[in-house]
Amino acid sequence: MALKGKVWKFGDDISTDLIAPGKYFHLRSNLPEMAKHVMEDADPTFASKVQEGDFLVAGKNFGLGSSREHAPTIIKLAGVSAVLAKSFARIFYRNAINIGLPVLICDTDQFETGDELEVDLEKGVIINSTKNLKFTFAALPQVMINILNDGGLIAHIEKHKDFKLN
Amino acid sequence: MGKTLSETIISEHCQRDVEAGEIVLTPVDVCLLQDGTGPLAIRQFEKLGLKKLANPSRTVFFLDHAAPSPRRELSNDHKFIREFVAKTGAQLSDIGGGISHQVINEYYVNPGDILIGADSHTCTGGALCAFSTGMGSSDVAVAMGLGKTWLRVPESFKVVVKGEFPFGVYAKDLILHFIGMIGSDGATYKALEFCGETIENMTMSQRLTLANMAVEAGAKVGLIASDKVTFKYLKEMGRGNKYREIKPDSDATYEKTIEMDVSKLEPQISFPHTVDNTRPLSQAKGIKVQQVFLGTCTNARLDDLKIFYEIIKRKKKDPHTRVIVTPASRKVYLDAMKLGYIQAFMEFGAEILPSGCGPCVGVHGGVGADGDNILSTMNRNFKGRMGNPESNIYLASPAVCAASAIKGEIADPREFLRDKKTKVAKSRAKTKKK
Repeated sequence: MALKGKVWKFGDDISTDLIAPGKYFHLRSNLPEMAKHVMEDADPTFASKVQEGDFLVAGKNFGLGSSREHAPTIIKLAGVSAVLAKSFARIFYRNAINIGLPVLICDTDQFETGDELEVDLEKGVIINSTKNLKFTFAALPQVMINILNDGGLIAHIEKHKDFKLN
Repeated sequence: MGKTLSETIISEHCQRDVEAGEIVLTPVDVCLLQDGTGPLAIRQFEKLGLKKLANPSRTVFFLDHAAPSPRRELSNDHKFIREFVAKTGAQLSDIGGGISHQVINEYYVNPGDILIGADSHTCTGGALCAFSTGMGSSDVAVAMGLGKTWLRVPESFKVVVKGEFPFGVYAKDLILHFIGMIGSDGATYKALEFCGETIENMTMSQRLTLANMAVEAGAKVGLIASDKVTFKYLKEMGRGNKYREIKPDSDATYEKTIEMDVSKLEPQISFPHTVDNTRPLSQAKGIKVQQVFLGTCTNARLDDLKIFYEIIKRKKKDPHTRVIVTPASRKVYLDAMKLGYIQAFMEFGAEILPSGCGPCVGVHGGVGADGDNILSTMNRNFKGRMGNPESNIYLASPAVCAASAIKGEIADPREFLRDKKTKVAKSRAKTKKK
């Protein structure tokens, strides 16, 4: 499956407090509403400008902090098709896969906001057509590929009645 | 081949020898959920068509993040959780009961357990030598229903700590210094194993502070081998019979060994806006603080309140600094009342809020104004963490917070503490002269 969209570039150490601020804690049972505030404290215009299919691109340690699954969920609800970063914090990474948001580890230094990207999840290739660059990204463990392919953890468990590790 | 603490605990659960790097399915002993992550977990659980909990007596919901509820939406989330608990027989710690990571260790977690919690600071349970780690709502929902989860057995860093803490320096200073040294992603996906004479001599309260902040270095868990301190704590909590000695094998394989000596450590401060932005107190002294917060799962236990009390008793806070205290649990709150700490805090000019997480997660209570500097005993200082991205959060020990509340600026607690050891040394010298 090839994904296509524009880059929204952020820096290092984007915390879950920036992605899903605590001041909107009361919206945790109303995620479409909360998604209107995604990344608000990092870029107040992001939620209104991001287009369906776009990519959120960051530096190292994306998603550090809280275990709130609401963070990757509202990124997905805002229309983002995948998050690309040099590295991810552990809980965010696992949560993103669990809710069916692809998270790709690659060198993002040369990416800039507005670059056009094409991502092939199966081949593990990212093409930055604006800058004419090609990257590959590391494959996920098989259990995570299974969860992502099934459309997230809940769908995965519904389908197999258990975890499918291999 | 020898096993680390993580490998030992996970191998026991899988009933076979597992080693770092393997992906395994493992039974889960305890599930922790709170009011921020619980409602989503319940919805996921119900989506799966599950009705029964695998282990209702050890599935625990905590209403601590918005306690008592400041808004209608959150009141409804609380109601939703209470109804689910009533239906399924899960355990509930309602508003005022305390912070999940405090209460779960007071009453539910035992050495050798696997605890997963829909809260990143679930790693606190590592202090009791339980493999405790934070996950999202979906993962915990599945564990609630199936009684198991998948894990990648983590590689471990052995953190060997030696030396005696100088007076006025605590486990909080050690962990802030450690995170400053290795970085907020320095241990991503890894298990930390804290050991050495300093750890062996540490109280359970201080060990909980240490384990609590493992996630701030990116770690999956921060473990401490169980020993007589663990036994004493469990006994005090009425479950000494749950004690088991768990130690890593002497020939266990560690990815890295990090040695630290605390004997010359200064109090530490994490500057805004990342936990690893740590500097010694000498570089922070004099920074004006508009608010001081003594609370959270990191540093609001009885020992922490006692340290704060010893420094502020019979004093007044700076008139330009607000002081907020949240005891970690109802038990801590009651004990602190009996010992007169709460009275002293109020006479000092502090506000006491219910046991819970409100200020630390920016939900309610203690949101800073634009430009405010907040000095806090909590574990995180990310931009916006306490509800306002325009205020700055500095992290420190309860002792530094106490001294700073008196002065209205980041201050050295050693100016206010009597060094008992030096005093003893001096009086001995005097006796000799005679």
